[in-house]
Order: sequence, then C-alpha cells, then structure tokens
Amino acid sequence: MTATPSTASYNYKVVQQFSIMTVVWGIVGMAVGLLIAAQLAWPLLNFDIAWLSYGRLRPLHTNAVIFAFGGCALFATSYFIVQRTCQVPLAFPKLAAFTFWGWQLVILLAAITLPLGITQSKEYAELEWPIDLLITIVWVSYAVVYFTTIARRKVKHIYVANWFFAAYILTIAVLHIFNNLSIPVSLTKSYVIWSGTVDAMVQWWYGHNAVGFFLTAGFLGIMYYFVPKQADRPIYSYRLSIVHFWALISIYMWAGPHHLHYTALPDWAQSLGMVFSLMLLAPSWGGMINGIMTLSGAWHKLRTDPILKFLIVSLSFYGMSTFEGPMMSIKTVNALSHYTDWTIGHVHSGALGWVAFITIGAIYALIPKLFDKAAMYSSKLIDIHFWIATVGVVLYICSMWAAGVMQGLMWRAVNDDGTLTYSFVEALHSTYPYYVVRFIGGLLFLSGMLIMAYNIYKTISSKPTVTGNSVQPAYTGESA
Amino acid sequence: MMDINIVRGIITLLLMLLFVGICIWAYSSARKADFEQASRLPLEQENDHE
Repeated sequence: MTATPSTASYNYKVVQQFSIMTVVWGIVGMAVGLLIAAQLAWPLLNFDIAWLSYGRLRPLHTNAVIFAFGGCALFATSYFIVQRTCQVPLAFPKLAAFTFWGWQLVILLAAITLPLGITQSKEYAELEWPIDLLITIVWVSYAVVYFTTIARRKVKHIYVANWFFAAYILTIAVLHIFNNLSIPVSLTKSYVIWSGTVDAMVQWWYGHNAVGFFLTAGFLGIMYYFVPKQADRPIYSYRLSIVHFWALISIYMWAGPHHLHYTALPDWAQSLGMVFSLMLLAPSWGGMINGIMTLSGAWHKLRTDPILKFLIVSLSFYGMSTFEGPMMSIKTVNALSHYTDWTIGHVHSGALGWVAFITIGAIYALIPKLFDKAAMYSSKLIDIHFWIATVGVVLYICSMWAAGVMQGLMWRAVNDDGTLTYSFVEALHSTYPYYVVRFIGGLLFLSGMLIMAYNIYKTISSKPTVTGNSVQPAYTGESA
Repeated sequence: MMDINIVRGIITLLLMLLFVGICIWAYSSARKADFEQASRLPLEQENDHE
C-alpha cells in the first residue's frame, strides 16, 4: 500500500518497557493474590502483622493486577497498535516516556501506601488524593500521545482497535476524576465529596465501568489487533466490529447499579442496572463471535500455535463471563450470589481467563517483534504455560462457584420457626476446602507466569540473529 | 403540557433510531470496500524480519 516507515522509526522502547513491566507486575500482583488466598485458607499466615493483614493486602492485589499488570499491558499494546495501524511513529516520545515512569511511580506509591493502611476506602479507587492527581497527569499525557498519533496517521482509516483504546482512555479519565473528587484534610487523608447512596452509585458507576472500559474495551482493542495478526487473516466482520463498538460503549455506562441490588439505591435504578446488564450480552457475544470466527477456515492453526490458543481461549472465557455477568445481575439470581464467593469466581473467570489470557498471548506475540528476534525462545514452554494456566483458572472458578452457591444457600436457609438454620461461621467453616482448591488454582496460574518470565528472559538474552538461536521457534503466525 | 416522561421517552426513541442508523450505515454496500481496506490494516507491512 502506502510507503510505510521502517521498523526502526517506530518508538518501540516505551513498548518494550511496558511489556516487561506487564510480566513483572503480573507476577507481583498474582503473588500477593496467592498470599491472601492462602490467608483465607490458613488465617495464621497474616503473622499478626498489620501490614500483611488481608484487609490491606487485598486492595494491593486488586490494584496491582488491574492497574499495574493490566495497565502496563494496555499501555504497551495501545502504543504498539496505534503506531502500526496508523503507520506513523508515536507522537511526543518524551511525553510517552513520562507516561511510563509516571505510571511506575503510581504503582510504587500504591505498593507503599496500601499496606500502611492509607486508603480512601473506595473499591478499586483506594489510592489517596496525591496519587490520584499523579494518575490524572499521567493519564492526560497518555491521551495527548495517543490521540496526537492518531491525528498524524498516514492511512485513511482509524482501525477498530484504536476506537476501543480511544473509548477506554477517554472514559477512564472521566470516571477517575468524578469518582475521586474529594476534599483533602492532610497529605494522606481526604473525604470524598459524595455521600450516602449517591456515593455508592458514583462508586459503582466508576467500578463497573472500570470493568467495562479498562478491563473490557481496552482488551478488546488488543483482541481486534492480535487475533487477526496471529491468525494472519482479517477480522471475521469489520461491520460487526463497528456495531459491537457502539453498542458496547453505549450500554456499559448504565450497568453499575447491579452492584447495589437490595440496598438503599432506589428500586427503579436497580432495575435499570439489571436491564442494561442483560442487554450487554448482545454486544459482548457479538465481539466474542467476531474474534473466534476470525479463525473460520483456519482452525488447524490452533494445533500448532500456542499463542493463538491463549488468544482464542481468552475469548471463550470472555463469552463465559459475559454470560454469567448478566445472569448474576438478575435480581433473583443476585439474591443468592451477592456477597458470596460466586462473585469472586465470576471476576476471576473474567480477570484470569479473559484479561490475563489475552494479555499473555499478546505479550508472547510482541516480545520477538520488539526485541528483533525470529520467535520466542521456546514454543514448548508457551504450550506448557497455556495448559498450567488453563487448569489453574478452571480450579479457581469451579471452587468459587461451588463455594458461592453453598454460602448463598446456607445463609438463606431458615427453620420452620423462622430462625436461621446456619450461623455465619458454619458457612465459613464449610468454605475452607474450596479456599484450598482456589489456592492451588492460583498457584498454578502464578507458576505459568514464572515460566513466561523465564521464556521471555531467554528470548531477549539470545543472540540478535534471526535464525539459529531458538530451541524450538514459536509459530509466529506470519507468512514468511 | 409536556410531561418530563414524554421527553425521556423521545430521547430513548432517538437513541434507538441512532443505533439503527449506525447498523444501517455499517452494513450499507457503499461502505463495503472501505471496511475491507480498513480490516487489512493489522496485516500490512510484514517487513519486520524479511
């Protein structure tokens, strides 16, 4: 087509940095998750040290996996994809470098303040106001770099992946600012301006759209680039991708109230949230089908390419969790599932099965390109990673489903005289075996990440020649 | 007298029509060639290692 810049003129340095930190923070965040999973099974493991207590480490785990692991993955892939599909180098390289160091500073501050118990007590928005301001500055810089690169594009079209990234960048800016509006009283303490039910509604408008835009729209951007790329064929239907985009971003915004069923939130708002959550099934499955059907006529590639396995299985988990989500938003189902470990299982089928799998697949595809290698060091290790991670996710979500349904049933069981059949601690006691199974699932998933780190280390440290450096080159999905 | 709920109903209707419009636009035959070109963007410039 048009004359394209050579690989050398693209800004790969910032993509390299974010890609490596994706793996590093993935290991850290999941290790913290594994520790708190172990604490639930064996409470002694908090060692009676406040900094290691569950209440402080849990937000550290969620912030680390969402904003450090997921965030670095989104920065890396969006910076890569926007350059490649716009066929121009990244705008403002120094500002892009600032987004990397600024984001790492945010993560470092989170890792210090959260164990110290410095928190706004808003889920997924625990960080206090000075860090929130830093996030805002980094995020606006990110938007400037990203949108300026699109404006300078050499091609006519803005490829659909960039639409998803653009929606995610804009929406997260709006969500972050409004949810964190607060009045500081000291360097480490502030009070959010919202109060009562309004605070709860703003919080879950933020919280659910963090799922919808950070953990969904952004990663769909990854999907729309890396699935066609790895399968070496265009997306199944570009038209469907446009309808998918507009339907998804219009509907997601309204689904937040399903986090507040049977609370002080007005009934009509709860029902509105439920109806919009049910409608979300359509665009979610439209996107999943669009991704999976891209392989139509080339299913054999799944047998030989473990990277493609990660990408396609991530879409299967996406389909599963976006079916489960609308179902759980139905008030009568939610009456059973709310506050139980079913919710934790649901979140992890999305977070591990969808977000982590597509990230892992994308990083495996990216690393050889970024470091100018023919392929990953070992395709065999990618395959082992795939199977360990899959067994880990399945153990995790099945144990939490079983635990959650059991808890829901035990909590609602009443005797003939109207008294509760079980005390809370009886339900907790019955959950212990499931907590152990969940711990094993998490251990497997983390082991997979360590294998990935080793594989990436060996890939990068191999000689920079194109051939003869790999034990068993991974299938790259590209025509020779 | 215009009830606020009538305004809300009209807005809902307009948004639905907008969505139907997007679908018609996306699936119109006039857009076909453009979209096919756009869908090839990730696959172009395979000169990384050649």
